[in-house]
Amino acid sequence: MPDLLLELFSEEIPARMQAKAADDLRRMVTDKLVAEGLVYEGAKAFATPRRLALTVHGIPARQSDLKEERRGPRVGGPDAAIQGFLKATGLVRIEDAKIQTDPKKGDFYIALIEKPGRATIDVLAEILPVIIRTFPWPKSMRWGERSAKSGSLSWVRPLHSIIATFGPETEEPDVVKFSVDGIEAGQTTFGHRFMAPAAISVRRFEDYEAKLKAAKVVLDPQARKDIILADAKQLAFAQGFELVEDQVLLDEVAGLVEWPVALMGSFDEEFLSIPGEVIRATIRNNQKCFVVSDPKTGKLTNKFILTANIEAADGGKTIIGGNERVIRARLSDAKFFYETDLKTKLEARLPKFEQIVFHEKLGTQAERIKRIERLVAEIAPLVGADVEKAKRAAHLAKADLLTEVVGEFPELQGLMGKYYALAQGEDASVAAANEEHYKPQGPADRVPNDPLSVSVALADKIDTLVGFWAIDEKPTGSKDPYALRRAALGVIRLILENQLRVRITDLAASSYLWHLALINSQWRLFSYDGAEDSSQLIACDSIQDWSKYSERQLFVMYGRARSPHEGDDEIAFPDQPGGPFRWPKIKSLPRDMLSFFADRLKVQLRDQGARHDLVDAVFSLGGQDDLLLVVRRVEALGKFLDTDDGKNLLAGIKRASNILAIEEKKDKRAFDGAPDAGLYNLPEEKALANAIDQVKREAGAAVQKEDFATAMSAMAKLRPAVDAFFDKVKVNDDEPKVRENRLKLLNEIRAATRAVADFSKIEG
Amino acid sequence: MDALPAHMRPERSFQGFILALQRFWAEQGCVILQPYDMEMGAGTFHPATTLRALGPKRWNAAYVQPSRRPKDGRYGENPNRMQHYYQFQVIMKPSPPNLQDLYLKSLAAIGIDSSLHDIRFVEDDWESPTLGAWGLGWECWCDGMEVSQFTYFQQVAGVECAPVAGELTYGLERLAMYVQGVDRVYDLNFNGRDGADKVTYGDVFLQAEQEYSRHNFEYADTTMLFEQFKMAEDACKKYLAAGWREGGNQKEHLMALPAYDQCIKASHVFNLLDARGVISVTERQSYIMRVRELAKACGDAWVHTEAGRAV
Repeated sequence: MPDLLLELFSEEIPARMQAKAADDLRRMVTDKLVAEGLVYEGAKAFATPRRLALTVHGIPARQSDLKEERRGPRVGGPDAAIQGFLKATGLVRIEDAKIQTDPKKGDFYIALIEKPGRATIDVLAEILPVIIRTFPWPKSMRWGERSAKSGSLSWVRPLHSIIATFGPETEEPDVVKFSVDGIEAGQTTFGHRFMAPAAISVRRFEDYEAKLKAAKVVLDPQARKDIILADAKQLAFAQGFELVEDQVLLDEVAGLVEWPVALMGSFDEEFLSIPGEVIRATIRNNQKCFVVSDPKTGKLTNKFILTANIEAADGGKTIIGGNERVIRARLSDAKFFYETDLKTKLEARLPKFEQIVFHEKLGTQAERIKRIERLVAEIAPLVGADVEKAKRAAHLAKADLLTEVVGEFPELQGLMGKYYALAQGEDASVAAANEEHYKPQGPADRVPNDPLSVSVALADKIDTLVGFWAIDEKPTGSKDPYALRRAALGVIRLILENQLRVRITDLAASSYLWHLALINSQWRLFSYDGAEDSSQLIACDSIQDWSKYSERQLFVMYGRARSPHEGDDEIAFPDQPGGPFRWPKIKSLPRDMLSFFADRLKVQLRDQGARHDLVDAVFSLGGQDDLLLVVRRVEALGKFLDTDDGKNLLAGIKRASNILAIEEKKDKRAFDGAPDAGLYNLPEEKALANAIDQVKREAGAAVQKEDFATAMSAMAKLRPAVDAFFDKVKVNDDEPKVRENRLKLLNEIRAATRAVADFSKIEG
Repeated sequence: MDALPAHMRPERSFQGFILALQRFWAEQGCVILQPYDMEMGAGTFHPATTLRALGPKRWNAAYVQPSRRPKDGRYGENPNRMQHYYQFQVIMKPSPPNLQDLYLKSLAAIGIDSSLHDIRFVEDDWESPTLGAWGLGWECWCDGMEVSQFTYFQQVAGVECAPVAGELTYGLERLAMYVQGVDRVYDLNFNGRDGADKVTYGDVFLQAEQEYSRHNFEYADTTMLFEQFKMAEDACKKYLAAGWREGGNQKEHLMALPAYDQCIKASHVFNLLDARGVISVTERQSYIMRVRELAKACGDAWVHTEAGRAV
């Protein structure tokens, strides 16, 4: 069957857009083919800086013919209907239609429409120009003479030529005849811009790819990457060094060249006094070159590897020389920045944060740092970190944002803070927290385990979450501009991987308090304890003071902020900059945030293969804000449900729950309260009541000790009693009192098992 | 080029370098203009680019433009940063289909051989918030160094370009440094002579860099500048308002160029104020917006003039 070759040859396509463009081209063409009834065998798309290419093979030469019967109006129907029918079906006279008899509705006309399949090449000539005109470039432009008129073609950069050939392997293929904005599709392309710029005539994909290669163009981006990587490694190895691999850079560089030539250059050793990460960022971001390390020391050497687009006449000497000059200038700048930064202590930079707004409604960066310092003082003891050191770490953690090096290379935030902290003689853990408090950045990032870093990382993330929660900037759908989901997942991973026992809602409440209290850099939280005027207000300096008062007794002095009354849902801030707006009440925000954490945890556990219904079963107990315990319960529950005891007990509990649900609905009442032992008249009832008592006691004690496995084994003891009960006892006894008592007993089963989870939420 | 005396060769002298570019683009049919007689931040501000990019009429021009970036002054101490430097600007409307080839040939004309050097077109989307302009194109790299900007204008002064103009901007000092093989701009050979006859870039401009850095950062009279900004803004609006005529069956404008001069003035005064550090972050945005409004109004006036309108 025939193959299609398509090439769109243009001026240089941005590297970052090439992979997606190749993919879009393949998808759009093959989707259209399939929609036209043309099922193909395979398709592959490629991109270089100057061309998008697509090969689709095994396409039928023609569409198959279509036969269709269309039902028309009844015989003798109104003329307008008959005329309409003729027009719609293309019949000349109504006599050309068949007449079909329907026993119920009488006779009506049927038109037989035959739609002969078209030659695929004609279909292609129709769909290809449409695809080119509607191609989804992230940004496109007009150019040249034709751009004077509206409706001219838009492309990522000027499009120069199009190849479109179609035909079977054994024959000379045909050109798909179409033109877009004056560009006729043909079978001509061009080789490498500098080394083989002449026109090349091609027939099909195989000779296209081979002729391009001869004209110094490697069509396949993966092949270019392989060449660059292998050559770069070889260059480094030959000198006893090691390439520092960099996938993102490799992808980009492969999109900047059609004929990759790796070359090695060097720079002055004096620059190695700059931290390696700064050297790498300079060479990588600005010059798109790879750095090289010495395997003996693990440190960078004074070498770099560039990828040229030509085989130069002088073997690359000039190119290397030019790149060395630029890199020398760049590294001198970086060295100057680094050395300038070292002259200023980190804390000396902090006053500048008072001028930098973190978020219009959430105050300045300076305020944010103050809040984090307060919060970290509460978290530190919970995670085994030294409080004073933790406060110091939080105090300095953001200061490097104002350094020259981070200004130049934002991705080095935190890391530079660590270097500068060490240079000014800070404690090693305090310095490390500068870098690690941003972690984990994503699901694959490492979770810090130094308690100091952990405490600052938690405080930083919780402050962010609570702040944006308070001003109602929660993530919705695919929108999460402040990366709050990532922050929540970070908190979850910090807690679980470090086995921390902290209560999310307590931390959120504290953080929220500090948000409310710190306005215009002043701590302004007071308790309202029947005070008539501000002279009677009592300053609250810590969360402990605050928690002594009820919601109604608290309010925040801010402008004309008023005290909340019982039943108010929000705190009003009429004078807040960016306001007036209302913030949620102190005690409702943490609850609201916990359900967000529950969702994130569910996602996280599901990704690890845990059952999401088990997570629901635990969270539905209420008050579960100790994430580590939640996970332990889920794990114990999962193991238990894998056993026969677990499965049968679950079935028993479900049965009890179902019966209760039906009877509760019938009687419109709940059957809670203790059953009356005097009304038991069957041994199975007494046995079940005893078992429940025992299980409650044992499971309760085990849960107290957070030993969920033991709690589960205790619960397993219910199973024979439950089975026997359902076997022998009729719940809906004729005597109402006995029935009620038995329903209460069933309710007790449910109650007893709630020590670990709400079994009714478990599926299966 | 071989007929040139040694001191005029582009790789020997800065002035020879400029002359080589001018000659090359003259041969492509460009009018070779002289620098505009006003202070401006980039060659793009020259009315030969900003205004001539608008409207349907053919326009091919090339010129050197001194560019003033008050904030980039380094008292002559930085090897390649200056508050005054030269840009070489080419504009071709409509953009010819072989503009990239022409650009590469122009590099060859100044001694950059594409069989020895690694020349690359690296994505760079150009946008000028003060001019209400944007375009797509590249920064052109030679052996890892950015040597030119290449832009297909899509919109200028708030007006859609129809047809699109292609714009090339060469950073002259940087390119010449590369071609001459010097690391410090002030060491560039300006006149291509040797010994006592040699004049360097530093001989011509070092003192100016020191004096203007002092002026830009320390002494520029901010009271006067604030006033000048306002005056230029008012004058621009006044000339624009006064220039409209009802001519025949279409609106005409008779003073787009003088009005645009005031827009250039306002923009440069703003740059000076910015360098003096007397404009806060929030004010900064509003000044940029004010200049843009002027530029847009000038663009609108221009397309109603003889040179800017259809036929």
